[in-house]
Amino acid sequence: MRSKSSFFIIPYVLWLLLFVVMPMILLAVNAFTNGQGQVSLVNLRAFLTNGACLKMMVNSFWYAVLITGLTLLISYPLALVIAHCRHQRVWLLLVILPTWINLLLKTYAFIGLLGQHGLINQALQLIGLAPRQLLFTKTAFVIVAAYIEIPFMVLPIYNSLHALDQQIIAAARDLGASSWQTFWRVVWPLTLPGVRAGVQAVFIPSLSLFMITRLIGGNKVITLGTAIEEYFLTTMNWHMGSMIGVILIVIMVLVLLATSGKEQNK
Amino acid sequence: MKIIELKHVTRQYPDGFTALHDLNLSLESGKFYSLLGPSGSGKTTILRLIAGFDQPTQGEILFNGRKINDLPAAQRPLNTVFQNYALFPHLNVFENIAFGLKVKKVPADQIQVKVDRMLSLVRLEGFGQRSVQELSGGQQQRVAIARALVNQPKVLLLDESLSALDKKLRKTMQFELRSIQKQLGITFIFVTHDQEEALAMSDEIFVLNEGRLQQSGSPSAIYDEPVNEFVARFIGDSNLLMGHMIRDFEVEFDNHRFECADAGIKPGEQVQVLLRPEDLSLVAPQQGKIVVEVLSQLFLGDHYEIWAKDDAGFNWLIHTVEKAPTKRCGLHFAPDAIHVMRLGESESEFDQRLSQYEDNEK
Repeated sequence: MRSKSSFFIIPYVLWLLLFVVMPMILLAVNAFTNGQGQVSLVNLRAFLTNGACLKMMVNSFWYAVLITGLTLLISYPLALVIAHCRHQRVWLLLVILPTWINLLLKTYAFIGLLGQHGLINQALQLIGLAPRQLLFTKTAFVIVAAYIEIPFMVLPIYNSLHALDQQIIAAARDLGASSWQTFWRVVWPLTLPGVRAGVQAVFIPSLSLFMITRLIGGNKVITLGTAIEEYFLTTMNWHMGSMIGVILIVIMVLVLLATSGKEQNK
Repeated sequence: MKIIELKHVTRQYPDGFTALHDLNLSLESGKFYSLLGPSGSGKTTILRLIAGFDQPTQGEILFNGRKINDLPAAQRPLNTVFQNYALFPHLNVFENIAFGLKVKKVPADQIQVKVDRMLSLVRLEGFGQRSVQELSGGQQQRVAIARALVNQPKVLLLDESLSALDKKLRKTMQFELRSIQKQLGITFIFVTHDQEEALAMSDEIFVLNEGRLQQSGSPSAIYDEPVNEFVARFIGDSNLLMGHMIRDFEVEFDNHRFECADAGIKPGEQVQVLLRPEDLSLVAPQQGKIVVEVLSQLFLGDHYEIWAKDDAGFNWLIHTVEKAPTKRCGLHFAPDAIHVMRLGESESEFDQRLSQYEDNEK
C-alpha cells in the first residue's frame, strides 16, 4: 500500500521540484551573486541602501494594504447578501464569471471606461462637468486592482458564512442579542477563517502586481512587481531583480505567518 | 396563573403546507409541560412560535395576557435550549453562559457571580475556562441549559434537548431537568417525540398529530384514558379492538360482552376498545374471560412479552412478570382495564362526557 501511494506522489514531487523549488533556488543563487558569478551581498546592500528601493517596498506594502482593505470592505457585505439570497448559485456565478475573462482584457476594458474619452467622462460631460483625469491615477489603480481581486475574497467568506449553523444565530437572538451584536459577537468571529483565507488570497498577489500599475496606474505607483519587471526586462540586471524577488518572497511568507495566526480556536 | 396562551393559532407555509391547524393551548406558570408528537406533528413549530423565530399566519400568542405575535425573539422573556445545543464554538464555557448578560451590558462583577451560580446549578464548577468542544454531550447540554437559565427567563423552551444523548445519560438528565425546574419554579416547555420522556417528566402533556392537538392532560390521564386511537398507539403499547356499546358500563368486542367503566355512549354505537398489555394477565383457561393460545414469549428482563391468539383470531400483546402457565390459557382483565373510545370524539367532547357520568355516579 505504502509503495503504491508513494508512486502516485512522484508526478507532484517532480512538478514541485521543477517549477517551485528550482526557480526559487535559481532566484536565490542569482540574488546572492554578482555579475562575475561570485557569491556576494552586493545586491542586498544595494537594495537596503537605495532610498528608492526601500520606498518601493513600503509602497508595495501600503498599496497591497489599501487594495486588500477595499476588497474586504466590498466583499464581506456582498458575501453576506449572497448568503441570504434565494438564488445563491446564480449570484455566486456572477461574481466568479469575471475571473474567466483574461486579466489583460479586463484591464483594457477599464482603460475604455476611465480614459479621456471613456464612458465615465462622456457621462460627466453630459451633465456639464469637464472631463477629468481618471486613468493613470493612484485611485484608479487601487479600484481596478480591488475589482479584479473581489472574487477571491468573496468566495472564502461566502463559504464560511454558508457553513455557519443557523441555530447558533438563532441562539444569539434568543439570548437577547441585537442584529448588530449577533453579527459582531457571533457571525464575524466565526467567519474569520474565511476572511483570513480571503486576505491571504488577495494581499499576497497584490504585493507584486505590475501590469495594472503600468496600464491603469500609469507608472505613478511603482511597486516591487514593477521594479522586478524593470530590472529583468529593461536594465537586464537579473541579479538585482532576483534580489527584489527574494525580498518579495520573504515579505509574503511573513504575511502568511501573520494571517494564519491563531489556529487553536479550531 | 396563565403565562402563555395560544388562541386559534394557524401556521401555514407559502407552499400551502399547514403546520398547525387552529390550535389552542394554555400554559400555567411554574409547570413542566411536554409537547409530544411524531415528527411533522407541529410540536417544534409551536416552540418556534413561542420563542419568536416564526410568526403565526392566524391567531394570537399571549404572554401574561399580552399579545406578543410581533415581538422579536430577542425581546421575549424566555430562552431556548436548542436541539444540538447551538453553543458558540469560539467562546469558552464561561463566555457562552455569560453571552446573554454581556449583550444586556450587565456589569462584569455581576456576570461573574451569576455565571458561577449557574455553573454550580448544572454541576459544572471549575469548567468555566474549558473550550466547549472539549465537553461531552451531557456537559454541552448542561452548558446550554445554564446559558439559557442565567437570563432568568420566565419560560424555558427545550427543543428535543435530550435526543442526542445515550439512554443512560438521558435518564440522568431527565431527573436533573425536573429537579432544576422544581428548584427554580419557572415554566418549562419540553418538545419531544419520546413518550417515555414526556411521561416521566411532565406535569402536563400535549399530544400532537398532523398539526392538531389530540389530547392534553397529566401523564396518567393520557396513558389511562387516551381519547383516540392515535394517542393510544403513540403512548405505550396497546391492544386495540373494534366493538360496540351494549349499555352503560357494558361493551361487546371480540364476540364477548364485558363489564366496563365507561358510560354516556348510545347503546349499539360502534366504539374502539383499548387494553394495555400490562393490565392483562394469564390464568387457567376456565378462569379467564377469553381463552387464548400462546404464540410467543420473550423474556425482557423485568417482564415477559407474550403474544397470544384468541378464538376470534385477534392477537393479544401481554406484559406479565410470570411466564404463561400453559399453551392454552385464560386471559383475565379487570373492568376498568377496558378503555372505551368513541370514534372521532374530540378531547372536549370526551371531557364533557366523562364529567357527565362521573357526576351521575355521585
